[in-house]
Amino acid sequence: MSPKAKTKASEKKAKTDKKAVERIEHAGLLDVRELTTHFKLGAGDVKAVTKVSFVVEPGESLGLAGESGCGKTTAALSILKLLPENGRIVSGDVLFDGRNLAKRTEYGMSKIRWKEISIIFQGAMNALNPVQETGKQIAEPIQLHEGLSEKQAMVRVRELYDLVGVSQKRVMDVPHQLSGGMRQRAMIAMALACNPKLVIGDEPTTALDVMVQAQILDLIARLRKELHLSFILISHDLSVMAETCDKGVIMYAGEVVESGTTTNIFNNATHPYTRLLIKAFPNIHEKREMVSSIKGDPPNLINPPAGCGFCPRCDVRIASCATEHPELIEVEPGHFVRCVLARQGV
Amino acid sequence: MATTKDTPAAREQGDKSAVKASDLAAATAKDGVLFDVRDLEVYFPIHEGFFKSMVSTEKKFVKAVDHISFQVMQGEILALVGESGCGKTTTGRTMLRLEEPTGGHILYKGLPVEKFTSSTLHAYRRKAQIIFQDPYNSINPKQTIFDIVAEPLEVNNVTSSEREKEDRVIKAISEAGLRPATEYLYRYPHELSGGQRQRVCIAGATVLEPDVIVADEPVASLDVSIRNDILKLMVEQKEKMGVTYIFITHDLSLAWAISDRIAVMYLGRIVEIGETLEVVSNPQHPYTRALISVIPVPDPLAKREHVILKGETPNPVDIPSGCRFHPRCPDAIDACKETDPPEKLIGGDHYAACLRIGE
Ligand SMILES: Nc1ncnc2c1ncn2[C@@H]1O[C@H](COP(=O)(O)OP(=O)(O)OP(=O)(O)O)[C@@H](O)[C@H]1O
Ligand SMILES: Nc1ncnc2c1ncn2[C@@H]1O[C@H](COP(=O)(O)OP(=O)(O)OP(=O)(O)O)[C@@H](O)[C@H]1O
Ligand SMILES: [Mg+2]
Ligand SMILES: [Mg+2]
Repeated sequence: MSPKAKTKASEKKAKTDKKAVERIEHAGLLDVRELTTHFKLGAGDVKAVTKVSFVVEPGESLGLAGESGCGKTTAALSILKLLPENGRIVSGDVLFDGRNLAKRTEYGMSKIRWKEISIIFQGAMNALNPVQETGKQIAEPIQLHEGLSEKQAMVRVRELYDLVGVSQKRVMDVPHQLSGGMRQRAMIAMALACNPKLVIGDEPTTALDVMVQAQILDLIARLRKELHLSFILISHDLSVMAETCDKGVIMYAGEVVESGTTTNIFNNATHPYTRLLIKAFPNIHEKREMVSSIKGDPPNLINPPAGCGFCPRCDVRIASCATEHPELIEVEPGHFVRCVLARQGV
Repeated sequence: MATTKDTPAAREQGDKSAVKASDLAAATAKDGVLFDVRDLEVYFPIHEGFFKSMVSTEKKFVKAVDHISFQVMQGEILALVGESGCGKTTTGRTMLRLEEPTGGHILYKGLPVEKFTSSTLHAYRRKAQIIFQDPYNSINPKQTIFDIVAEPLEVNNVTSSEREKEDRVIKAISEAGLRPATEYLYRYPHELSGGQRQRVCIAGATVLEPDVIVADEPVASLDVSIRNDILKLMVEQKEKMGVTYIFITHDLSLAWAISDRIAVMYLGRIVEIGETLEVVSNPQHPYTRALISVIPVPDPLAKREHVILKGETPNPVDIPSGCRFHPRCPDAIDACKETDPPEKLIGGDHYAACLRIGE
């Protein structure tokens, strides 16, 4: 079914839904509770996201970090219900500004996407249509969601280009005429087009040069302040999260293994995985030593192990780790760790 | 692997100064200097449309490498660092003569690479290998790992028996960290992870036991957990087998982590070069300082000042006057618009090219 046909079909249903809608009380602007998402494959279900919870306050930035394949993108796509065909939210709630998105219809979601929550897709700057003017591609969601003509939408695009620091002269450039940095700024402009409250950036600076990365992160910080935006920054680079986020969530094999303020995470890292991950990044302000790697691979997500998912790679594991699945423990207010050793205060 | 560009080599066959394969076999790195790059220039002509070329008489060039000089010591890891488009890959490729220099000299063990005959080049390419920037496009998806790694041996006819070939392939694969090698030999690239594929590229580069490897962004596409293993492997091969590495990266923190010396490039020039720890702790060029200041650090309490440069690296066709960095330099003074700064010795073998040094 085409997305348009889908919207039409759900339109009727949405009308009847409407009466039932009332504001749900929840923490923050976005309150993700025990979100669980699976993908169906021939070999079984990929348990990509398991009971993931976090809260984003208005104006706050939250970092989502972890190795490739740990479920960062899946979590983001679940929030917006943009999962591919074979993916589905199995359980959990996505509470956003008084509504439960996990229970919302496709039509209901179409009112949320772009206008209230927008996303800068992973690799989007390289996925732009190469033969269409970049400005026009950015105008599309504005036309669709604000019901504007192309001409009106282009006026808005020009304003947005100003906002993100790309010369208005470049609106008619096709993507390859823009540098990587400019393309990523254009993607940020697109995310801001309908004045959302929350923006999700999925690896928005990966593949950019350090100086351009610094410019983009600086731009995001500025926009957050000016527009009082909430931001979820997905990155496999922990240092980026440390520098730009208020709070952080470390994911491993689809689960949250540690969460808290970035100070909790970096200055009082408690989960053995978080500790190893932090050590894996060279820190030029410390003594140089050979950066260590984390031996082994994350577990298979079709048949996840019964015990702790990190156990086979863990350098401090104890006998019970192989069989007992650890719960998240609050080790200090707001600082959660999924490790049996955390209970004993390591 | 690259094909030999025969024309210039052939031209030099009759040339008295041509370097024969026997000269290369006898050459050694005097005083430990493996490469001596002198005033190297690599310009690419821009092919303008017919009409434009009729109107303008001035020929335009992409000045990818614009007169650089540096040395590579035997058994070191020299990092070439800088932003996209600054000329790192072109420098590395030209050193292996996969690009033709338009000016200057590259001396390998004292011999001018630009004067190598085609048979000398053939021998040279056994000694000097490259790991290409994009591993996904540089290995053939239809070949097994064994065939990929064995290919350089076959092309260069170096093994006398199947047995010997097998032994060397297995040795290279296991030294690249794929152990036991026999488990990987008959797999295809898509049956390996990104990190494992990168190891295959390294095995392909080391199987001929080269003296030097140009590693062009060897870890850019890899996860941290794997990335460090590859970096460690390079250090290990340097230490145990004496392999010299030219490590090309845009990430200064990775250069810091494993290199002995760093050369910072900006718009076709080396703006600063020296011993790694010295350059990072005592950067003299404002560009190096800016690059160091924006490296993200895994510590939220370290509120350091970022020197974020405005704009982007200019186009290497129209290089700014004077110091090419002056339009973006936070410290530029009037003189910087006019004078192209010479390299200044800071101490030891630390050099930087900035007019304001020593003010
Ligand atoms: N459409 C799909 N069908 C089946 N499995 C999938 C699908 N999309 C993702 N997965 C799997 O779900 C898991 C989580 O993937 P996800 O893309 O969320 O990871 P990520 O943390 O964003 O990784 P990266 O850092 O590489 O972007 C992975 O094991 C992945 O292979
Ligand atoms: N064969 C070529 N013809 C024309 N221009 C070229 C050619 N190869 C490179 N260039 C140009 O020369 C400049 C330097 O390119 P080079 O690939 O050496 O940069 P780099 O530092 O390796 O960049 P990156 O980090 O993006 O790989 C760029 O402007 C590039 O577009
Ligand atoms: Mg992802
Ligand atoms: Mg390059």
